Amino acid sequence: MRIKLLVAALASAGLFTTGAQAQTEIQWWHSMGGALGEALNGLANQFNAEQKDYKIVTSFKGSYPESMTAAIAAFRAGQAPHLLQVFEVGTATMMAAKGAIKPVYVLMKEAGEPFDPKAYLPTVTGYYSDARGNMLSLPFNSSTALFYIDRNKFKQAGVPPVPPKTWKELIAVAEKLKAAGQSCVYTTGWPSWVHVENFSAWHNVPIGTKQNGMAGLDTVFTVNSPTHVKHIAMLADMAKKGLFTYAGRRNEADTRFAVGECAMATISAGALGNIIKAGKTDWEIGFLPYHDDVKGAPQNSVIGGASLWVMSGRKAEEYKGVAKFMSFLSRPQVQMEWHIKTGYVPITQAAFEVTKKSGFYGKNPGRDMAVRQLTNKTPTANSKGLRFGNFVQGRTVIEEELEAVFAGKKEVKAALDEAVRRGNEILRQFEAANK
Amino acid sequence: MEKRVVFRSAWLPYALVAPQIAITVVFFFWPAAQAVWYSFQLQDAFGLKTQFVGLQNFAALFKDGNYLDSFRVTAVFSALVAFIGIAISLLLAAMADRVLRGALAYKTLLVWPYAVAPAVAGVLWAFLFAPSIGIVTYVLKGFGVDWNWILDGDQAMLLIVIASVWKQISYNFLFFLAGLQSIPRSLIEAAAIDGAGPTRRFWTVVFPLLSPTTFFLLVVNVVYAFFDTFGVIDATTQGGPAQATQILVYKVYHDGVKAADLGSSSAQSVILMFIVIALTVVQFRFIERKVQY
Repeated sequence: MRIKLLVAALASAGLFTTGAQAQTEIQWWHSMGGALGEALNGLANQFNAEQKDYKIVTSFKGSYPESMTAAIAAFRAGQAPHLLQVFEVGTATMMAAKGAIKPVYVLMKEAGEPFDPKAYLPTVTGYYSDARGNMLSLPFNSSTALFYIDRNKFKQAGVPPVPPKTWKELIAVAEKLKAAGQSCVYTTGWPSWVHVENFSAWHNVPIGTKQNGMAGLDTVFTVNSPTHVKHIAMLADMAKKGLFTYAGRRNEADTRFAVGECAMATISAGALGNIIKAGKTDWEIGFLPYHDDVKGAPQNSVIGGASLWVMSGRKAEEYKGVAKFMSFLSRPQVQMEWHIKTGYVPITQAAFEVTKKSGFYGKNPGRDMAVRQLTNKTPTANSKGLRFGNFVQGRTVIEEELEAVFAGKKEVKAALDEAVRRGNEILRQFEAANK
Repeated sequence: MEKRVVFRSAWLPYALVAPQIAITVVFFFWPAAQAVWYSFQLQDAFGLKTQFVGLQNFAALFKDGNYLDSFRVTAVFSALVAFIGIAISLLLAAMADRVLRGALAYKTLLVWPYAVAPAVAGVLWAFLFAPSIGIVTYVLKGFGVDWNWILDGDQAMLLIVIASVWKQISYNFLFFLAGLQSIPRSLIEAAAIDGAGPTRRFWTVVFPLLSPTTFFLLVVNVVYAFFDTFGVIDATTQGGPAQATQILVYKVYHDGVKAADLGSSSAQSVILMFIVIALTVVQFRFIERKVQY
């Protein structure tokens, strides 16, 4: 009942931010709060100072789902922004909205801006390209899941302070830590993203059919495969023995690791800033642990984060400015600064090389781990990304079933079967709505 | 003894109620009608493709065991919120009514929480009760209680009940206090002269006289628990763990606002609308009879 009201309110909010000026204004709606928001505004200011024709106007619209809802409401009212930052799970929804978006490769061609999709990191672009390899949105802030350990805790328990490479090694270390009195041994953030999505890519097993949904809307989930069942069963067993502490569906685990409560954590690369700021841990970053009995593991991990989508229905002159801004964002020097300031990975190969040459990684060990893990091997159909309709709901379903397992309320296989069944219903509905 | 003012003009009364009617139509009936209309449709997020699907959205919901379980969760949640909220505020109001010195300060403090937004209340309680770092968690640990609502569904339910009740107590308190103060002192004094102690006076004189207020608050609190608590839930449990705190309105919010699935979300809100209409009818038809005005 309140949806329509919300639509009206959001639309009017959008209406008033558009003011007429001599410069061509370009509206950019985003979800970067705090320090990340400052870094984002820094990019816009730098671009605005460099040239006189266009002015990027940024507006913070709340969390990722909130800005997306705001933009959808604004679009329905004919007031969409030029640029919208959309989180990775919203990709399928944006991609299916053909009349609402302007694909980046079309935008760049029409504006006559030089644009080479091959310049970008393949695992990053794969996520945001169509089946033919055309880039539909510009990757902006990308991270991946990494494995953090606190060396102090390892030393206290008499364990060599290096990140375990496999889950077998991790469990052996975990038992020693537990025996030494460590109460939170291992924890994780974003359970679906780390233990289903990244886990699948890392072990080269599909999350769904049709190349993880990239090759068609008629995809079905396959997260109840024996490999998945084995992994979740292992986590459930660790939880029962007190070796794994469940922290919640979002980034709650970041804090629990950063304050020195947990000895090991699989959390986002983007958590590092807060870990350093907290200064309570002697942290070291490793690749995500893998199961050495799964063939081909470790493959490469997948990204999380967001990309920039161009909304349709604006003037050609304005799109020219958007294209120029995208070229600016892709510049190696700009990318390097963004990467260093925020911890997100650089989106182009050139930017990674420039950062390497600058000696940043030598002075800041661990900061290159995200890129190295994302480019560990050439991505396969299972590891280049995923695209499931309405995955906001899909992720919730997976997380609900995982929680039922970790709480000891459901058998692993039954829970994952249920996740697949419920997830497929969501996919079928999305398919029907986007025929 | 009824006094009536009669308008002689044919159009004036309509003109006077017109603004109120307009507001009701624009902000209540129109969105509600839109929700009903959307509930028969299948639409992509941007509204580019719309298909009329009849009752398909409803059929899908009633086939879904998890959705049906939401009814049970909602029933438990609203019963707890309404009962605990009313009981505590009645106790507080009865106490406040007897206070002679500093009554104003005491009452003001009790009303404060009402000014706190639900989402803020949620975050506040989430911090206090946060597993491992919350103050309450720390104290509970001292008593040997393993507090971890992130995985324990019953504790999660307890958390959102506490947060929601805390928010609503002030409101209930105000009404009870006003109700108590309108009870003639002479009735209570007469009972006291007859030898009734404070407890007996409360249950045989005060409580029956308060029944209209209690009934009103029951309706308001149930509606509050049904509709206004999703802010608290979103800030704390987000419906988890598993679906232990997934009440109907939170699912409407999650599916509609977060997941942009307007068809299903509208169908859910239509169902919710019918539940509340039914509940209100039941309350007025059966419970109100026991109320003495």
